Amino acid sequence: MTMDTDYQLTRNAFGRLVLTTAAGDVCEGVVPVRAFPIAAPGEGISLVGPDGHEAGWIERLDQLPAPQRQLVEEELGRREFMPQIRRIRSVSSFATPSTWQVDTDRGATSLVLWGEEFIRRLGKSGLLIEDSHGIHFLVRDINGLDLASRKLLDRFL
Amino acid sequence: MKSPLAAEPWRSEALAHLSGGESLEAGLTLDLDEALRYGRGLLVVTDRRLLARFPGRTEWQEWPYRRGLQLLHHDHAGVGGLELQDESARLGGWRFTIGNNPAALRLVDAFERQLESHLTGRPAERPEEDACPKCGAPLDGEGECPVCAREIHAPPSTRTLLRLGRFARPYRWPLFWGFVLTLASTAAAMVPPYLSMPLMDDVLIPYQNGKPIDVDLVMLLLGGLLGAALVAWGLGWARTYILSLVAEHIGKDLRTVTFEHLMGLSLEYYGGKRTGDLMARIGSESDRICQFLSVQVLDFATDVLMIAMTAVILFSISPWLALVTLLPLPFIAWMIQLVRDRLRNGFEKADRIWSEVTNVLADTIPGVRVVKAFAQERRETQRFRAANAINLTVNDRVNRVWSLFSPTVTLLTEIGLLVVWAFGIWQVSQDQITVGVLTAFLAYITRFYTRLDSMSRIVSSTQRAASSAKRLFDILDHVSSVPEPASPQRLPEVKGRIELDDVAFRYGNRSVLRGVDLAIAPGEMIGLVGHSGSGKTTLVNLICRFYDVTEGAIRLEGIDIRQLAVADYRRNIGLVLQEPFLFFGTVADNIAYGKPEATREEVVAAARAAHAHEFILRLPQGYDSLVGERGQGLSGGERQRISIARALLIDPRILILDEATSSVDTETEKEIQKALDNLVRGRTTIAIAHRLSTLRKADRLVVMDRGRIVEVGNHDELMAREGAYYRLYQAQARNVDVEETGEDLPRIEHKAKGQ
Repeated sequence: MTMDTDYQLTRNAFGRLVLTTAAGDVCEGVVPVRAFPIAAPGEGISLVGPDGHEAGWIERLDQLPAPQRQLVEEELGRREFMPQIRRIRSVSSFATPSTWQVDTDRGATSLVLWGEEFIRRLGKSGLLIEDSHGIHFLVRDINGLDLASRKLLDRFL
Repeated sequence: MKSPLAAEPWRSEALAHLSGGESLEAGLTLDLDEALRYGRGLLVVTDRRLLARFPGRTEWQEWPYRRGLQLLHHDHAGVGGLELQDESARLGGWRFTIGNNPAALRLVDAFERQLESHLTGRPAERPEEDACPKCGAPLDGEGECPVCAREIHAPPSTRTLLRLGRFARPYRWPLFWGFVLTLASTAAAMVPPYLSMPLMDDVLIPYQNGKPIDVDLVMLLLGGLLGAALVAWGLGWARTYILSLVAEHIGKDLRTVTFEHLMGLSLEYYGGKRTGDLMARIGSESDRICQFLSVQVLDFATDVLMIAMTAVILFSISPWLALVTLLPLPFIAWMIQLVRDRLRNGFEKADRIWSEVTNVLADTIPGVRVVKAFAQERRETQRFRAANAINLTVNDRVNRVWSLFSPTVTLLTEIGLLVVWAFGIWQVSQDQITVGVLTAFLAYITRFYTRLDSMSRIVSSTQRAASSAKRLFDILDHVSSVPEPASPQRLPEVKGRIELDDVAFRYGNRSVLRGVDLAIAPGEMIGLVGHSGSGKTTLVNLICRFYDVTEGAIRLEGIDIRQLAVADYRRNIGLVLQEPFLFFGTVADNIAYGKPEATREEVVAAARAAHAHEFILRLPQGYDSLVGERGQGLSGGERQRISIARALLIDPRILILDEATSSVDTETEKEIQKALDNLVRGRTTIAIAHRLSTLRKADRLVVMDRGRIVEVGNHDELMAREGAYYRLYQAQARNVDVEETGEDLPRIEHKAKGQ
């Protein structure tokens, strides 16, 4: 189900995305979903209809014409929530559950870590941290954090 | 009635924006803005309108109630959202993290009630006050139970080792005697150096000065030395024996209690843990604690006593020399303190890495068929090597600190001795002390510093034991997410009436079930059908109370199952899984698993009814044949029939069949089906089946799709309707693979099966 250029993607008055395929099928309320949100966020974006079925597939985001790409990016921005940790300001304790005060790319917040096993390694230097509500926090590169954050983090690894 | 909103932090802010006579109905703290950045905002429902202050802004927006307004709730991947719209367009939208979800749902409720009342003119009905489903305490405005939340989020105390005291309590008398013996044996060990003083001053030095040796005195002193050594030996033996015994007992209790607690935890806990890690915790960690208690603490106590007694003796002999001798002590203590922290982190890390190594084993060995089939032995070896390499690096780092530590203490000891020699010789030359005193001092402090050296080892063993204890208490502190009610209701005679009332279930940040309503009559057979991932197994897990519902309630005979004692409730449920699990033991033991007191006649009757009797008789030892971990030597169908017999034997009112026939061929399925027909008779049955043909006998079929019930009815009705069931049926009849939805299977479904 590759996406050619002969389709329409628009936003209706209710703020939902409407997909009109080349064959003329109209699918209202499609939702873009990244297939590889961490490994390859810019590749493989599925447009899923309200019935849960795939209505379209975008091979690469940067191959989309600008207005449609903007629509998709907007929609992704409104749905995707994986704050990237920039700095760990403090942790309540080194024993879990532990409450962390963190700075993320989406502002400062706190998270509750249930246990060390909720920190998942991604590749060589990335981490995915799941908090008590199931929200995932991303650390793209441990070595990119400042020394104090790294020291705190190291106690849990 | 006290308003549930009274304690809200945002309340005063919201009140300032209400006009006279307007009342506050519900509120929601928004912690995300439109672009999903963190920020504080507020959404409020009053009896006249919806009021909002967007995060990061100060001005308020309002939407008075009017026809056509709709407030829609959705959530995805940890973010909840509310959208306000009318017939023609979207009016506004708000975002919040999932922690605020209960408050959001209450807000939507309040909105709908107030809107309804505004349109109809009837006063809005008051909602029931929310109570925590776990402990019954009233919830705060954010929908969280203040009691449960505090319990869960408080980290375990860092003074974990003291908590082992709870396990030491039953043994306080043996412990007391052990301590007395320690005291006595240490005192006995103090005698020999003391005797070296008269030996030097009254025997050897006078002899050098020309006096003959006083044989009687020598005999007396040597006798004293021998006696002291013998007494110290005897006392030491008794003390070590008593205390080791106690430590073993404590270790045993610790293991048992931990396992018992582990068994009480819900499947949710097991879903998030790896077997290797849990096994290591209960096995080796408790062993390490035991070692610590029996050997290391004991040694340490002896050392402390020894040092205290030595100090007293030294001061009584010569205060000045004693002062010089004890001078390095605070310095060493400070050094120990310094290294303590580093070592603890290192050891904790080493432990975590170690369970990583065992995890590779626990992953690979059970999956060895897959490894071999895909010829990935090399890759698994590589993985194991990598885990080992990390283990090595971490241990190397710890050892670097640790190895520096011991020689430093030894060096300090030597320096200390040097100081005592120098100061002692000076004092002897000034005739302030005798040579005997100096000899005694040297004898004492040689022991003394050796003890300091061994005492410094307690640092590492305490840290190791503390981290072991922490990991054990991690299990013990875990509150079951399927808690026992404080005062369980008595279950009346169970007929098998089950009601699901607006049930929703969330796993992590995935919403697995939503708005499920279903009433099941006693004796009715319900067939659950739907694609994989549609929530069938989750629904069954909820009915078994392997998990608790996130919202709504499940009732048995009109009683919320959360108010029943878990064991009482489950006694009424028979479960037959897709992959039956047979424990190591005889066939008879396995059949009688749910009712160990069953007689042999009952076992045979159950086996007959399950069509298992004949093949069991064909086994070499009949009912006494041993079956292995996964029932090696038995075919899938045979194992399944044993598990059906197991369910039959407890004679449950409610029966749950989770894909009971889907892992066997059609021929075997017929056999099993016959067995199942016996089982189902007269019981409330909930059956999940991939093959729709196996559900022909069902009174009603419930079709599920993406966490919701989409159709209910019997086969003919649903076929006539030509809806979701019709499509499923057609797809199977055409022998085409049922199309899969884009959604993947939630992880818990795998975990729950076959356990």
